[in-house]
Amino acid sequence: MDERALRHWIERVEDGSLSRRQFTRMMVGLGLTAPLAAQMLAASGVAQAQPRPTYTPTRRGGGGTLRTLWWQGPTLLNPHFAAGTKDADGSRIFYEPLAAFDPDGNLIPVLAAEIPSVQNGGVARDGRSVTWRLKPGVQWHDGKPFTADDVVFNWEYAADPATGTVTLDSYRGIERIDKLDSHTVKLSFAKPVPFWAEPFCGGRGMMIPKHLFEAYKGGKSREAPTNLKPVGTGPYKIVDFKPGDSIRAEINPNYHVANRPFFDQFELKGGGDAVSAARAVIQTGEYDWAWNLQVEDDILKRMEQGGKGRVEIAPASGIEHVQVNQSDPWTEVEGERASAKSTHPFLTDPAVRQALSLLVDRASIHEQIYGRQGQATANFLNTPSRFASRNTKWEFNLDRANQILDQAGWKRGSDGIRAKDGKRLKVLYQTSINAARQKTQAIVKAAATKAGIEVELKSVVGSVFFSTDPGNPDTYYHFFADLQMYTTSMDFPDPQSFMIQFTSWEISAKENKWQRRNKTRWRNDEYDRLWRASEAELDPVKRAANFVRMNDLLIQNVVVVPIIWRNNVSAGSLKLKGTELSGWDSDFWRLPYWYREA
Amino acid sequence: MRTYLFRRLLTVLPVLFGISLVLFTVLALAPGDPFEELATNPNVPPEVRANLRAQFGLDDPVAVRYVRWLVAMLKGNWGFSFVSRVDVDQLILQRLPTTLFVLGSAQVLALLIALPVGIYSAVRPYSFFDQLATTLAFIGFSLPTFFTGLLFILLFSIYLDWLPFIYRSDISATGLRWVWENLKQGIMPITVLGLFQGASLTRFVRSSVLEVVRLDYINTARAKGLSEKATIVKHVVRNALIPVVTLLALQVPLVFTGAVVTEQIFRVPGIGSLLIASILANDTPVIMAVTFVYACLVVIFNLIADLTYGWLDPRISYR
Repeated sequence: MDERALRHWIERVEDGSLSRRQFTRMMVGLGLTAPLAAQMLAASGVAQAQPRPTYTPTRRGGGGTLRTLWWQGPTLLNPHFAAGTKDADGSRIFYEPLAAFDPDGNLIPVLAAEIPSVQNGGVARDGRSVTWRLKPGVQWHDGKPFTADDVVFNWEYAADPATGTVTLDSYRGIERIDKLDSHTVKLSFAKPVPFWAEPFCGGRGMMIPKHLFEAYKGGKSREAPTNLKPVGTGPYKIVDFKPGDSIRAEINPNYHVANRPFFDQFELKGGGDAVSAARAVIQTGEYDWAWNLQVEDDILKRMEQGGKGRVEIAPASGIEHVQVNQSDPWTEVEGERASAKSTHPFLTDPAVRQALSLLVDRASIHEQIYGRQGQATANFLNTPSRFASRNTKWEFNLDRANQILDQAGWKRGSDGIRAKDGKRLKVLYQTSINAARQKTQAIVKAAATKAGIEVELKSVVGSVFFSTDPGNPDTYYHFFADLQMYTTSMDFPDPQSFMIQFTSWEISAKENKWQRRNKTRWRNDEYDRLWRASEAELDPVKRAANFVRMNDLLIQNVVVVPIIWRNNVSAGSLKLKGTELSGWDSDFWRLPYWYREA
Repeated sequence: MRTYLFRRLLTVLPVLFGISLVLFTVLALAPGDPFEELATNPNVPPEVRANLRAQFGLDDPVAVRYVRWLVAMLKGNWGFSFVSRVDVDQLILQRLPTTLFVLGSAQVLALLIALPVGIYSAVRPYSFFDQLATTLAFIGFSLPTFFTGLLFILLFSIYLDWLPFIYRSDISATGLRWVWENLKQGIMPITVLGLFQGASLTRFVRSSVLEVVRLDYINTARAKGLSEKATIVKHVVRNALIPVVTLLALQVPLVFTGAVVTEQIFRVPGIGSLLIASILANDTPVIMAVTFVYACLVVIFNLIADLTYGWLDPRISYR
């Protein structure tokens, strides 16, 4: 379908002859993801999805205690310092963003009165400014009003490198914020920004109060007492917080949504392990909700039989994939292993790479290891659905792999291992220590051996593998191996910063102390060009097409072999309703709407 | 005595200095990064991490960092956690009561089991009771706590549904109910730890009583017509317990630093679980503080044990 046809369909949605849902389904059928379809409609002037009808309470509170279990306890409650999801989740109980991301990646207003769009004048046509109107009458927990000054302050606070925030990058792209009136702010960007929802939305958009943090901007940020005693706008107010252990909170009687929240008390308990957390919710019912259950699906299924809880799954963005090294990790060039100037002795041969892709048995890996934790995929970029390519497919085919290698002249030696021009097909395949990954390694190795490729497996403890230590050769940034496998994910329903990891200027090397994100050392001019073009492309249809093409380049050239597109898995009590897990936001993005059925 | 104490205290200082130096160097050389979670996130550019590293002084040479730590420590400043950005002493104090309650009770439980059982076994060696106690003791200390812990959870929480297996430090009830809730959730971790320590302690008490009970002065006591009870309690046990007391003194530091494995299983928010979480997160200031406090306690309680020897046994003198 070309661009003109697409625009025709969008017009039909606008005039009402085609429903929004039909349109989305059609686009998904065409290989575009649902959020992309949604953004297409949004950009073309169709209203955002309406909040779905749910149970409507007639009064606030009265629901007793909500008990939640995080097997890694939040260690701090300042959203701008939240290094991991656990901290962002803990902060989300008390702090709220202007808008949250629903399961499809759409924006849902929280502290904003409405979502800015081109139609309502909120988004400038040149993509260089966005105007947010704030919800009136919102109060901080201490009774002070939430105003435009707070929004401006959050930007100043986060964008100041001396404060030491982890949200720095989301906010420093903003050139200026003008306060138009007490409840309207205008964000101006230095250059056109197609995806403007990174600051102030979702996990990185939580608002902290100016009047309590003003004195602690910059170098003194650590001393703020409110880092541990949050004062936000959220549905619950802090009672007690013990870093790494527990959070206790009580209902906010002045919450800005009528008749919410439902529960009178809120508890979060941290620590332990995922399996027993699942047990406490699904089997014994001691707790109402448990987060991030990376537990073998068989175990979860067994617990669910006759239990008191259920597993809740939301497609997320994580992609477990194998990276194929383009550089030579075994010879030093100018004193550097895996130098971008070198080429891999055999992995640069398209036949070998093609064969490798055919040797990954995604169906078995999915069924035997991941189950409901994910789905087998051919794409690196799977979501939002408008960015997912339909031009790719995956296959496990030992015969074809053998055939391809035979044709390319890789002959089996007496030991069954293929060789050509004195080079043996022997690969080192590394990953982090994790039961699922070691099982995946074994499945891949078994198939590769049958195809005449010798595979040596290596597993590195996670804290080393995922570190950035320039002196340690075992990190995934160094990638001193032929293949490596891990999961990477997106923070936002937009792939711009996610897809940067294959651009040529991001190649990880000695000169940047192995801190850059392109670990495969792959370089491709078309890819670079597409990435740069998308950065400024304001037409969502063209932009999506760019990303689909980028993904296809990765797959066709077998720069990576995607395996499993992972889901977020949590567990809730059978009686707990309204949780509506979103893969794009915290587990708590709908916390004010959670309730328990009698 | 005073010169002895003075001499001992003088040697303690270089020992502590050496310990801190070794600990710090090992931690500094160990691989890992406190900002690992940021590193795995492709949406966080390396500059953000570099900025944080520079802010927390992680890019300075190890020697500079050590001197900075040492000077701060001497001034009573324990530094702050990289992960929670909270002062370390605050973190430790928050967790100390839980650890003291759980491990202290476990220690008491161990004693309550070990003393009567050990003494009775020794007084009637190779009797049926002794054989039974020995067998149980062997089973007790050969089963690791993580195994008994899981067994307890399966039995008492999942099948019988009697006890909670998640320990909460923030029980909101008051009065008697608060005491009861705390006891209820403490039963399993305390029993697991108490039985494990009690098992080895029983063997220890038994052998030390056995040694004393055969001595001549015990026979003399019996010969002069003292009742069996008085002989055992006043003459045997008092002397036999000298080595047991030292052993206990050396275990006190453990009570302060927690049980890493058991705390993890039952989610007891004690110092042990703080230590393991900090190690996993490469949170050097916290690891440093907990291990260093442990080292100090070991050194101090060694000294105390040496001094109590003299008090319990007047034949020992200090020069």
